[in-house]
Amino acid sequence: MAKLTINEDACKGCSLCIQVCPKHILELNREKLNAKGYHPIGIINMDECIGCASCARMCPDVVFTVER
Amino acid sequence: MAVVFEKTKMLTDVPFHYCPGCTHGIAHRLVAEAVEELGMQDKAIGIAPVGCAVFAYNYFNCDMMEAAHGRAPAVATGIKRVHPDKLVFSYQGDGDLASIGTAEIVHAAARGEKVTTIFINNAIYGMTGGQMAPTSLEGQVTTTSPYGRKREHCGLPIRMSELIATLDGACYVERVSLHDVPNIIKAKNAIKKAMKYQMEGKGFTFIEVLSTCPTNWGKTPVEALKWLKENMIPYYPLGVVKEEV
Repeated sequence: MAKLTINEDACKGCSLCIQVCPKHILELNREKLNAKGYHPIGIINMDECIGCASCARMCPDVVFTVER
Repeated sequence: MAVVFEKTKMLTDVPFHYCPGCTHGIAHRLVAEAVEELGMQDKAIGIAPVGCAVFAYNYFNCDMMEAAHGRAPAVATGIKRVHPDKLVFSYQGDGDLASIGTAEIVHAAARGEKVTTIFINNAIYGMTGGQMAPTSLEGQVTTTSPYGRKREHCGLPIRMSELIATLDGACYVERVSLHDVPNIIKAKNAIKKAMKYQMEGKGFTFIEVLSTCPTNWGKTPVEALKWLKENMIPYYPLGVVKEEV
């Protein structure tokens, strides 16, 4: 059981987190534009998150907060 | 539930101005976390460079000073000599450190100044528009080497870590990379170790961080990490270049 919180307005949609997620549960949210004009990152399936924080360590804009 | 990762208090709330996928953001976080984990929040003083990281003083939650282009090691020298109890770090790119500031970094290392330099090597000039840097690889296409860097015309890229390691004043030199999570963790440990050696008065410490510049490399952020791994690491080998403490 883990919880991922995303600061959507800080995200630039670079997708580096997507490729390091071992559970493949991150995807750009194409339905949404943030204040900077990017599609922010979104979580497809929160229940599968293991709280490894790989996304948070890879993110250049420190958008993730991870709880476990 | 316990928080396992959150933004360090050593970074301000100002959003980074860097391009999407630029690894400067990761390097900033690592430096900030290293300072925090060493408990030096109130004693850290950083020197910002000229280059993409010129606004670094807006992002670090400690005293910061902006130096003239390439002169960060000279400014760091002054600050550290006046405040020997402070943790002084300079954060410089390859245009700043390996080009216009080569004299300053070489002499700061030769004098064995007790400061830590974080050297961001992305093999190109980012801010000015993707020109060839002293660290650009042979054959690398940049705006000033449209047919690729030629050895007979421009020589081969400078390996700054190896160069600095030849100087007796440098006690700890390591090259790290930010192309995947395990290497990012290693990079933070190296930065922490360098800062620790600095505070123990061992000598000059230098961490070269291999980074990406997706915008000027003309690649997506993910492709850029792959390019770094496949092209930069063979020429700039990772690991400790010198540790004499």
